[in-house]
Amino acid sequence: MLEYAYYPGCSLECTAASYDKSIREVFKALGVGLKEIEDWNCCGATMYMSVKKIVGYAISARNLALAQKMGMDICAPCSSCYTILRKANRHIEWEPKEREKINEALAAANLSYDTTIAIKHPLDILVNEVGLDAIKAKVVRPLDGIKVAPYYGCQIVRPHGQFDDVDDPVTMDKLLSTLGAEPVYYPSKVRCCGGMLMTTQEDIALKLNNCLLQAAADNGADMIATACPLCEMNLEAYQGKINQRFGTKFNIPIVYFSHLVGVALGISPKAMGIDSLIIPPTKLTAKAEGVRI
Amino acid sequence: MAERIAPFPKAEAELRAAFWEQVSSFPDGHKVTNCIQCGTCTGTCPVSYAMDITPRQTIALFRAGLLEEILRSRTIWLCASCYSCTVRCPSGIKITDTMYALKRVAMEKQIHAPHFPVHTLSKAFVKNVYKYGRNYELGLGIRYFLKSNIVKLFTLSGFGLTMMRRGRLGLLPKKIRRVNEVRAIINRANQFEEI
Repeated sequence: MLEYAYYPGCSLECTAASYDKSIREVFKALGVGLKEIEDWNCCGATMYMSVKKIVGYAISARNLALAQKMGMDICAPCSSCYTILRKANRHIEWEPKEREKINEALAAANLSYDTTIAIKHPLDILVNEVGLDAIKAKVVRPLDGIKVAPYYGCQIVRPHGQFDDVDDPVTMDKLLSTLGAEPVYYPSKVRCCGGMLMTTQEDIALKLNNCLLQAAADNGADMIATACPLCEMNLEAYQGKINQRFGTKFNIPIVYFSHLVGVALGISPKAMGIDSLIIPPTKLTAKAEGVRI
Repeated sequence: MAERIAPFPKAEAELRAAFWEQVSSFPDGHKVTNCIQCGTCTGTCPVSYAMDITPRQTIALFRAGLLEEILRSRTIWLCASCYSCTVRCPSGIKITDTMYALKRVAMEKQIHAPHFPVHTLSKAFVKNVYKYGRNYELGLGIRYFLKSNIVKLFTLSGFGLTMMRRGRLGLLPKKIRRVNEVRAIINRANQFEEI
């Protein structure tokens, strides 16, 4: 049986709780084990690296060391955590001198790490480990009639393109088709949402997200599927502000790709926290209730 | 990495030394010397339109011995870390990582763009992690806007309420149980930063 050390990350505890719930439910339904890393800490995000590098990697490495103790690879749904943990891992592997320093820092907490752990994103796990055939066999509510813009964002495909192309990834497209949904042409699939710029430079971030929403609307998407808590929040919670600023009338639901998988597998939207979304994905919830679209 | 040409004023030479140390400590960091000034980075950057110095110009200015000017620019703090430039650079330069290196030099030397307090968010973040072992989103936001833009704090209350009603805003920080471990790791690792 597939089993992973689960690293939810800070956002999934709070602003993206529905991402956390849906990943747990979907993995359970597919028979993939998720064992939360006990007492995990913040990965350091993009911000720690802006201040101090070795310290940033060292706190990331605590999580890696804890997973190593469990003897399992990590499943990290937050794309920022995913990239940061992978970066720390790669860095420790690449530079023996740094590895020494980081292990010395870890020793202060009686831990050590020797880069034997792989960090994986649930999208990668679902498509490449569980497999599309296995998922298809468990689909009880095909999502036919739902058009979805597959939005990958930056961090799961870049910088290293671990499981898909950096410019034109198709993993989520394939997954959506397997569920019966229609992935629409979405040229902005790897364009940046601005990330933390929504806090620090709102004007810029609003503009970036306006482009993302416009591209989805232009291509007839009923909703946008994301794989990152920050993308989801920027696109959803600021949609009203974008409408005000640019005179648009967007009302595009933003869901996590795992919500779509869950509904197709017959999991109730409530169990996945879909009711906590600001813009209700009515087509998806109707599907869950068995309404034909 | 030593500079081949060295007629820089003392202040600039010191900054450059700090920069070289930063770029030599990550994979392919040294490739920054391979820049052919093609501008692919600037063309692919989703925020270059708002930068005072574009990514391509950053490297040109560095070559001209104007590192301090780069550190005083908004550019390094506008980089949203999307890695578009990194994957497209034909010379294999790790531009995003170089931006991080510049941010760290700016933090270390306390050289910042005037009236542009973006770096204080990173500082607040680092404090949060030391205190709780995790990020405390609400606390981070409040701390940042208190320092940068108090008026904005009030305009954001609507957003806060929307998120709160849906149970998506944690009012209290979540502290990990063994936060002492994280602090011990940070304290020990900090010694390596002060070289």
